[in-house]
Amino acid sequence: MDFLFIQFLNGLSSASSLFLVASGLSIIFGVTHITNFAHGAFYMLGAYVAYTLTEAWMGAIGFWGGIIVAAGTVALFGALIEIILLRRIYRSPELFQLLATFGITLIIEDLVIQVWGAEDLLGRRAPGLDGAIDIFGQAFPTYELVLIALGPICLCALWLLFNRTRWGVLVRAATQDRMMVSALGVNQAWLFTGVFTLGVFLAALGGAVQIPRDAVHNAMDLQIIVEAFVIVVIGGFGNVLGAFLASFIIAELNSFGILLFPKISMILMFIVMALVLVVRPYGLLGKAETHARTALGNVVRPLAPLTRKAKNWVLAALLVFLILPIFADDFVLNVGSEILIFALFAASLHLMMGVGGMVSFGHAAYFGLGAYGVALLVKFLNMPMEAAIVIAPLLAIAGAIIFGWFCVRLSGVYLAMLTLAFAQISWSIIFQWDDVTGGDNGLLGIWPSEWASNQQAFYYMTLVIVIAALYAIRRIIFSPFGYTLRGCRDSLLRADAIGIDRLRIQWFGFVLAGSFSGLAGVLYAYLKGSVFPDYISIPLSVDGLVMVLLGGIQTVAGPIIGAGVFKALSTIIISHTEFWKIILGAFIVILVVAFPQGIVGFFLERFGSKEEDIAEEKQ
Amino acid sequence: MSSLVVKGLSKYFGGVKAVNNVDFEVQKGELLALIGPNGAGKSTCFNMLNGQLAADAGSIKLFDEEIIGLQPRQVWRKGVGRTFQIAATFTSMSVIENVQMAIISYHKRLLSMLPFAGSLYKEEAYELLELVSMEDQANRPCGMLAYGDVKRLELAIALANDPKILLMDEPAAGMAPNERIALMQLTADIVKDKGISVLFTEHDMDVVFSHANRVMVLNRGEVIALGLPSEIRENEEVQSIYLGTGAVYDEELVGNA
Repeated sequence: MDFLFIQFLNGLSSASSLFLVASGLSIIFGVTHITNFAHGAFYMLGAYVAYTLTEAWMGAIGFWGGIIVAAGTVALFGALIEIILLRRIYRSPELFQLLATFGITLIIEDLVIQVWGAEDLLGRRAPGLDGAIDIFGQAFPTYELVLIALGPICLCALWLLFNRTRWGVLVRAATQDRMMVSALGVNQAWLFTGVFTLGVFLAALGGAVQIPRDAVHNAMDLQIIVEAFVIVVIGGFGNVLGAFLASFIIAELNSFGILLFPKISMILMFIVMALVLVVRPYGLLGKAETHARTALGNVVRPLAPLTRKAKNWVLAALLVFLILPIFADDFVLNVGSEILIFALFAASLHLMMGVGGMVSFGHAAYFGLGAYGVALLVKFLNMPMEAAIVIAPLLAIAGAIIFGWFCVRLSGVYLAMLTLAFAQISWSIIFQWDDVTGGDNGLLGIWPSEWASNQQAFYYMTLVIVIAALYAIRRIIFSPFGYTLRGCRDSLLRADAIGIDRLRIQWFGFVLAGSFSGLAGVLYAYLKGSVFPDYISIPLSVDGLVMVLLGGIQTVAGPIIGAGVFKALSTIIISHTEFWKIILGAFIVILVVAFPQGIVGFFLERFGSKEEDIAEEKQ
Repeated sequence: MSSLVVKGLSKYFGGVKAVNNVDFEVQKGELLALIGPNGAGKSTCFNMLNGQLAADAGSIKLFDEEIIGLQPRQVWRKGVGRTFQIAATFTSMSVIENVQMAIISYHKRLLSMLPFAGSLYKEEAYELLELVSMEDQANRPCGMLAYGDVKRLELAIALANDPKILLMDEPAAGMAPNERIALMQLTADIVKDKGISVLFTEHDMDVVFSHANRVMVLNRGEVIALGLPSEIRENEEVQSIYLGTGAVYDEELVGNA
């Protein structure tokens, strides 16, 4: 009993930090509609800066002063980013904003390593609070009690701010209807900057108060951002009280989950989130979104079949891929195969999010399931490659059928978060089911058949399969089914009014996208000769998003070219410099600001206009 | 003969009786107008008729077949077309593709993956566009249309499944006066030609009294009058609640203000 109570208190003290981060994320989203992926990076930065300051300054005043100053400094940094970068992209689709903040995360991650090094840093204990008190005969650190109080104090402070100040009332008004607020003469730009700064301050404070508890390290951003997202989703976007409740639930879940279900403790929160979303699609305290958002890919320009000139380009590109083995060495062919595989991965994601309007943060799930499908077939049945390529995607399809059934019942960010949850659940199963999946060590020795075992033959096999799959995806997009899927994205109301069963269509689209992704995973397993839990991880899902947005979401060719450019660039960058995260991050940020249409969209806009005019005249 | 028979249709929002025990019939081939002040329950009524909103009580029979409780898409398959107050179209498709989608759905080929959607039922779609005089704009992106044209497109889409009855929610809202008359004249011609019935809501009384065969008046969720346009125009209750008497300096009104 005593032990359980202590565990409960432990949960409470983690809840405070989680709440600080999640409330900041929630407030920023509520007002600016930016899904701030960099929130975890600000949390991490808060911890690092606080570490430096509390090391330098002495005494209790030095400690607490250091923590406050650290949060303030990071908040100012956040304000700067908002003014310089985010202001330029408020009109872009949500996903581009997410991508920009992801770029910022990459930059901060690398900067942190450059400044503070890669080793874990142990922070100083809080002066005067470094002891422990006796609770039911158990020693409980005093500092934790301070943290327990911090959460409710911050909730009260936020409540006062939002209900008792003019600024707070404006923020709440903007959360409901920002058009109206700006119509009433409120300077939106500074309101947004203020809100963003407040949100970053909360995140950095959450990180800073952690230093006496946990080591400061350079991976704490990803860990916290996922938890913060889950909390905000469970609580309802833009709802501070919801974030408070959800922080409590998640923290206690972590605290007790590790005792009760040690095997699945890592995915408990995703299971809870999935359950909450199934029952309440907008989170515990969230409300349905009343305002229309700039839907992704919802554009004036319809998808058009290829013009003759574009067809020539496609043929030329095909020719280059066909004759590549004549003058390329094995390394280039290996990279070439990899690019082809990721082109298929990106195209499958595009089918789902560009055509279907269902953004996935967890598309790697089906890629990984396909890859593990092969590995398991080879390991347990010793199945030859020809059969495995056909059968292995079934695992991905099965996953997509089950996960998709839940996901299509939601929309927007909630749908995206649920895809992420399912991806994490799959990852966790694979990571922890050692006996079958090899856990962290993966499964090795997945080799292609004899005839395809040299680099050149494998390249050609990949080329044929990928081209066939891409062609199939393209045909699907222009088929009645593809149109119907796009119709559901454009207008649910209209789709329903002309007899379209939205859930069934989107579910089917989800499964199709998953199966093509699975096929890409199958090929990848054979290319690498092994499978690892990485294949199903968040970074791979994010890579997919970057590829699709990089190429441009409005054309079928966009994601394919995006995959090629992304893979080629990252291969080059990684082999030439250790600053690849900074370069990639800066690249993403520039892309979002300068080419919101993606590479293909940009070229179409610059050079494609004449072509289109002629095409239109012909019709 | 009646194509649509509505009995005891009711919807409550908390304590508010948005639609209360409404009975009416739509005759085959007629244009029935549904009018009333804001908040009278017109849109609620409409949304129940096509299944978008679940009714709390009542029955809706389409040619003796109960359609209450069906999903909008199922109601559509029974032959009830619908246009929206705020136009809803597929903005990333061209005008003709919007109509083609409706025809593809009518022929239950939504899941088909082999043919090119752009070349399916092109002629049929083109004919429907001709019917609403939109054939010149067939290949324009739908998101670039003028508002009045979107309304005409919606009419073409609504006709794609050979409907027995059309529900039109403020078909002429937001259009210029001459456009309104033109659209309603077009609707009336099509109705006569194809023998379908139309139920529409409208705030423009010129449109209502020049095109409706019968008029139904809703107030606070209840039917207060149903009859020929001439009868409704002279109905005192309707005048006081909605139409006005034409007397600008009505003593009582001034007093209340």
